[in-house]
Amino acid sequence: MDFRFSPEEEAFRQEVAALLEREVPAEYRRKRMTFFDMSAQHDWIQVHRYIAERLGEKGWLSLHWPEEYGGRGLSPFYRLILREELARYHSPGYDSIGCGIVAPAILLKGSEEQKNQYLPGIAAGKVMWCETLSEPNHGSDLAAAEVFAKEETDCFVVNGQKIWTTNGHFADWNALIARTDRAANPNYRGLTFFLLDMKTPGITVNPIVNMAGHHEFNEVFFEDVRIPKENIVGGLNKGFYVVMSLLDYERTTDTVYAIAGTYINDLAEYARQNNLFTPVLENKLAQLRADCEVSRLLHYRVAWMQSKGMVPNYESAMSKLYSFELHQRVSEFGMDLAGQYSQLVEGSPRVPMFGRIPSCYLRSFGYSLEQGTSEIDRDVIAQRGLGLPRLR
Amino acid sequence: MDFGLNEQQEMMQTLARDFLAGEYPNKVLKAMVKDEKGCAPELWEKMAEMNLMGLSLPEEYGGVGDFLDLIVVLEEMGRVCFLGPYFSTVAVGAAAIMAGGNKEQREKYLPDIASGKANVTLALTERKVEYEADALQTMTISRGGYFVINGTKLFVPDAQAADFIICAARTGESNGGGDGTTLIIVDRNEPGITMRPLKTVSGEKLYEVIFENVKSSARNVLGEVNHGWRIVEKVLQRANVARCAEMVGLAQQSLNMTLDYAKERIAFGHPIGAFQAIQHRCADMLIDVEGSRFATYQAAWRLNEGLDAAKEAAAAKAWVSRACRRVMTSAHQVHGAIGFTEDHLLHYYTKRALACEFSYGGNDVQLAKLAALYK
Ligand SMILES: Cc1cc2nc3c(=O)[nH]c(=O)nc-3n(C[C@H](O)[C@H](O)[C@H](O)COP(=O)(O)OP(=O)(O)OC[C@H]3O[C@@H](n4cnc5c(N)ncnc54)[C@H](O)[C@@H]3O)c2cc1C
Ligand SMILES: Cc1cc2nc3c(=O)[nH]c(=O)nc-3n(C[C@H](O)[C@H](O)[C@H](O)COP(=O)(O)OP(=O)(O)OC[C@H]3O[C@@H](n4cnc5c(N)ncnc54)[C@H](O)[C@@H]3O)c2cc1C
Repeated sequence: MDFRFSPEEEAFRQEVAALLEREVPAEYRRKRMTFFDMSAQHDWIQVHRYIAERLGEKGWLSLHWPEEYGGRGLSPFYRLILREELARYHSPGYDSIGCGIVAPAILLKGSEEQKNQYLPGIAAGKVMWCETLSEPNHGSDLAAAEVFAKEETDCFVVNGQKIWTTNGHFADWNALIARTDRAANPNYRGLTFFLLDMKTPGITVNPIVNMAGHHEFNEVFFEDVRIPKENIVGGLNKGFYVVMSLLDYERTTDTVYAIAGTYINDLAEYARQNNLFTPVLENKLAQLRADCEVSRLLHYRVAWMQSKGMVPNYESAMSKLYSFELHQRVSEFGMDLAGQYSQLVEGSPRVPMFGRIPSCYLRSFGYSLEQGTSEIDRDVIAQRGLGLPRLR
Repeated sequence: MDFGLNEQQEMMQTLARDFLAGEYPNKVLKAMVKDEKGCAPELWEKMAEMNLMGLSLPEEYGGVGDFLDLIVVLEEMGRVCFLGPYFSTVAVGAAAIMAGGNKEQREKYLPDIASGKANVTLALTERKVEYEADALQTMTISRGGYFVINGTKLFVPDAQAADFIICAARTGESNGGGDGTTLIIVDRNEPGITMRPLKTVSGEKLYEVIFENVKSSARNVLGEVNHGWRIVEKVLQRANVARCAEMVGLAQQSLNMTLDYAKERIAFGHPIGAFQAIQHRCADMLIDVEGSRFATYQAAWRLNEGLDAAKEAAAAKAWVSRACRRVMTSAHQVHGAIGFTEDHLLHYYTKRALACEFSYGGNDVQLAKLAALYK
């Protein structure tokens, strides 16, 4: 057992902090924005792209990849340190879909050509990704996806609608799951995983505004969209297996505990400035900080497993579930702390913390849905983690 | 004991439900949220025709029914997420005039309120939003037959739509017991009043109201000079219980929407309502809704009977606020991503519930009150 970071890891953290200190716009640090609070992020995408490229230049988006694909074969703790610092500096720049999902999927299941074609763009922070799994009629039940890709001689032709596509309006490329066999039984054996250039003709992206008033996700329509056959990852009709293995990654990639931790500190600062401290309040803050600490450890355990070559599964469901629900509790605590003021939105007289409090709270309703719902996570933990039987 | 509604209350419920279903469809709600004043004159007129503004006021002033009738109607308003200066005028402003006003003042204001001609709001909280007399800093000084008010009030509901503002101000040293405060009615067009809208997530119309040497006749003092806080306390009790009724309606409707959705949304070959995780959530929602309803009814009934209701009112507001949040959280969870969008109705309920919760003192404020009452 050893709960320290290595000296090299500590040095890396310093280096990241120094770069962010230099590059993150002062406005971002002043307003302390996060991806979970899109208020005031009108220039988010520009800042994201700028920082992503700075991180890419340093090779920091691919440190833990194998050396033959541009990585340095370092432990996943480097990725985690990077993301902790990004959270601390309220900085965008890490494309959690490209870096956190697509790259692992390609590394795990992609062909040699695909690795050479797609990984460099992700590593350089120059190509942004979205993923289209969910459909209007099928969310949790991904295996029931209906968007159909019809095989032709040199390509597949996709028709149908996806929904809730985060960053669909910014993305250059898309990780798409589509049905390629309607007769497959069970139905998950008829799905294929495609990499799709968002500039391909026939794709329409329409915004959906969430209850916090932010435009973050979209609906995406496909009309005779042609995808070359070589863009299939993991083989025809084997898409579900790719998704299942990458979901284990998806559930670990967000260092939400770090974002929650910075938010707790910001709320404590608000309390201090407004003389709100009481024993009850201090108690609540302390409880949330202890929760954060545990959340951090659950994440580190997953990174540690990955560093040992183990494949985390229910362990990542645990860290995702706990950290996202923790962030919900922290967001709700913010509402209690600010009381009447917590209803005020950005741009209102008297608004505290640039309107982050209601923005974070309202946004937090999505945490127990995105990347798989809390119910599904609890099922995964119970059935795969604890070996409990399933009801047939 | 009788937990049910009587004939008159049932009639009010049906009347209000039918009226609101016809006159307050979702598109009106959406318009009200965006509207600057949040008041549609035509709707207001129709409400006045039905004598909704006179609810719980004595007949001699053009009123009708009692506090329980008002509670029943507010629950229905909650169900449609009703926005508008109704609550501030009827449940709070009129209640303050009833509680503290002399004959002359009642005759002057109440008939106009009951007929929908006048709106009135209570300006209570200040920068440090507290519901204690000691927290008041706004000052008013007697000059001959007038009082001159100086100070800044925050979170004043519907101030733009109000014809009169009841201002709680300091007239003397606070003695920790609530004395030293005075309630005075001010014409909203009096020189020296400025207001700025505070923008809220729910569309609740709250204002910052600044009083700069604002004059009001000594005849407009409600109750006695220096002893206004007793009236405020009475009004707060009623206002909080009335807010609870609104939250009950909000929570009930959110549960209804959730049950409908759980029956129709299919995942893994079943309606999601067949999954035990979802059923258990819905079961807990029902406990929260019905628990809220009966906590509210009990406190409202005590107030209506003229019994002491300090504990019941505080317990109701504290509990209902929390229960309502839990209901909204579950409603969103069961709805999945669709309930997370601005196009879906659910978020209006979630936000409106927050506005109700925080006004007149949220969970923390009520728990502190309750704790003090048990000391
Ligand atoms: C902020 C946000 C961002 C998102 N980004 C993306 C994205 O980039 N790409 C993408 O493809 N999707 C994205 N999604 C969609 C997300 O993956 C889905 O919302 C999620 O999978 C749930 O699907 P659903 O919303 O259709 O709900 P449903 O699956 O219809 O579920 C409704 C309710 O039923 C419950 N339920 C369903 N099945 C079961 C069961 N077997 N047992 C118990 N309870 C069950 C759910 O937990 C939920 O409470 C995003 C969603 C959000 C909120
Ligand atoms: C203090 C006490 C006094 C009692 N007195 C009496 C008495 O006087 N007379 C009498 O006849 N019995 C009595 N009981 C027994 C009591 O009725 C049973 O304990 C109860 O019915 C549960 O049965 P069980 O203990 O066999 O648990 P089980 O039924 O085996 O349940 C075990 C667990 O599984 C859960 N479970 C079971 N079915 C489901 C389902 N469909 N979905 C989800 N979860 C499920 C249960 O909730 C429980 O958590 C008493 C029990 C206690 C603790």
